[in-house]
Amino acid sequence: MKITFPHMGNTFISAKALLDDIGVECIIPPYNNKKTLEIGTKHAPEMVCLPLKINLGNYIQAHELGADTILITGGRGPCRFGYYCEMSKEILADASYNMEVITLDGPNGNMKEFLERIKKLAGGFNVYKILKVIKNTTIVSKRVDEIEKLTYKIRPRELIKGSTDKVYKTMLNKVRKVNGSREILQLLSETKKQLMEIEIDKELIPLKVGIVGEIYTTIDPFANFHIDFILGNMGVEVDRAVTVSGWIIEHMLKNILPTKKDLRYRQAAEPYLGRMIGGHAQETLGNTVLYAKNGFDGVVQIYPLTCMPEIVAQSILPSIERDYDISILTLIIDEMTGEAGYMTRIEAFVDLLNKRRERFEVGKNVALFRS
Amino acid sequence: MSKKVGIPRALFYYNYFPLWNTFFEELGAEIVVSRNTTKKTIDEGSKSCVDEACLPIKVFYGHVIELKDKVDFLLIPRFTSVSRGEYICPKFGGLPDMIRNTITGLPEIIDVDVDLWKNGSNPLISAFEVGGYFTNERRKIRKAYRKAIESFTEYRSEVKKGVLPEDILSKKLRLIKKIDEPRLNIALIGHSYNVYDNYVNMDMVNKLKNNGVNILTIDMVSSKVIKEKVKNLSKKMFWNYGTRAIGSTMHFLDKKDIDGIIYLMSFGCGIDSFVSDLIERRVRRKKELPFIVLTIDEHSGEAGMDTRIEAFIDMIRWRKKGENNISAYG
Repeated sequence: MKITFPHMGNTFISAKALLDDIGVECIIPPYNNKKTLEIGTKHAPEMVCLPLKINLGNYIQAHELGADTILITGGRGPCRFGYYCEMSKEILADASYNMEVITLDGPNGNMKEFLERIKKLAGGFNVYKILKVIKNTTIVSKRVDEIEKLTYKIRPRELIKGSTDKVYKTMLNKVRKVNGSREILQLLSETKKQLMEIEIDKELIPLKVGIVGEIYTTIDPFANFHIDFILGNMGVEVDRAVTVSGWIIEHMLKNILPTKKDLRYRQAAEPYLGRMIGGHAQETLGNTVLYAKNGFDGVVQIYPLTCMPEIVAQSILPSIERDYDISILTLIIDEMTGEAGYMTRIEAFVDLLNKRRERFEVGKNVALFRS
Repeated sequence: MSKKVGIPRALFYYNYFPLWNTFFEELGAEIVVSRNTTKKTIDEGSKSCVDEACLPIKVFYGHVIELKDKVDFLLIPRFTSVSRGEYICPKFGGLPDMIRNTITGLPEIIDVDVDLWKNGSNPLISAFEVGGYFTNERRKIRKAYRKAIESFTEYRSEVKKGVLPEDILSKKLRLIKKIDEPRLNIALIGHSYNVYDNYVNMDMVNKLKNNGVNILTIDMVSSKVIKEKVKNLSKKMFWNYGTRAIGSTMHFLDKKDIDGIIYLMSFGCGIDSFVSDLIERRVRRKKELPFIVLTIDEHSGEAGMDTRIEAFIDMIRWRKKGENNISAYG
């Protein structure tokens, strides 16, 4: 059994740690690229959202490398993601790619099937081993997110432009070759050390922009054209509240464990959207409010075309923009998105934020102030 | 003076109007339903709505704009789920918030939660909440609710017999062109608000009828049959509409007297994008039944739609007439 999994930003590091520790051979598909999307678009129905198209490309490219089993997580709606597993199965079967799909669904009532799946994956029921693997995977995902957060802080402040990107990319190249969570953690701590050694401008107060929106397009650098690199290199500090480790802890572990969830975003979103409607609509709205309260200069919302929950969020965002006086840019991505147009919009947005800040600082254009 | 309740003639109007109508009538409220969808409705809707939303949502916006100055209350329930373990489109769950945050000068919105996802949840609770706007007597609400359910059940059973909701709701019969050729049975699959809104689907229902077609929709298949049919899905569909659409398609596939299937989807509909594809794969795999997907949005041209429908029907008739009369040129 050679397992593969879809890419979503740096999720592959955690997935690799998980599968290495269990002791199954895993094949990491090539990083998302144009070819991936091309293959996916060819096989997927026209109107489905972008992540499915990229995922399909991943599976097929991994199949070419010898993978025969796919590991993905499931869900129970109402967002489309919950049915990705079934769609992929059908599409791959019709395109005669012989691949098995293992879905890591929450044990919604059907405990037996859930255990069967784990058994299939782990090759047994060594509870101690399984718990240890889960723990290590969670730690790896947390460390990866910490590294990402660190680059967000260092990149706008670095004195030699490009040094953060260099360290970060080296890590991405190396991580494919190491084996198991222990070695991965070691690599991560080395990377952290290297990042800390980068010379930075300590007095700079960069613009701060929060990234919200649909999880895949905000996390995956191919889908959002490396928005964290783009903004960082323009001298903007970015922050992204929805992270892989957060998703693993909040959505997977805390559903099973009897612990309290972190619901700050939900409280913040309450006046605008009172209920869970699936996807990340509440996170988008809640985090926008939280960013506004924490003194961020702007917020960028990113989502794939036809994403249902984010359309709801987008309709409501103008109210938050008005209530908290924060600038929001919405970027919608599909397979036709051109990089140049996308870059222009981001540049214009950053210019706007710079001008706004100048106005507030120097106090010129007083007439434009709102009391 | 009785309070006026506005009900937009869009989205779930076609599923639940008899229920809402009876309920509010019993409570002594006056009901104002927006007029049939027109070009103006769609234009105004698309102007105020975010561009990325699907056509039905834009149509809904248009109806709300038409109603907002005429009524005291607007009924925009927050539908999260209408059946156990199944959701409906996320946009329905955020609809009252979407409307509230984009349209100004709105009357009070009755945004009662309808969430029957959990085991044992009771729609009566929602009814009490809505009724509370009009009366304090719980008995009266309970009675109104019971009557509403009665007329709703009656409506549903009428539809199951094969009467199109539009004929029941508008209470008039249309003249249909007589055609000498044998009548065809075509299943028209799609969201109720696309299939029954004659402006949105460009009068497709009447065009089909005038071409000598009997229309079957997913609302005409009983839920028992659907439940039976979707049992062999490897993962339960978590959308109410999706389950019904796939279940009834399988039912239509097993029936011998269906001549073709038309899938009507709106551009940008997330659920349709999955369901239409799953259905298409099932139809194509199983047998050679004519199948077509028609996509509508606010720009659709009627002529193009007509051509496709005509070609589809002609094709079916040719197949029936001269199966063995194959051209020598392939």
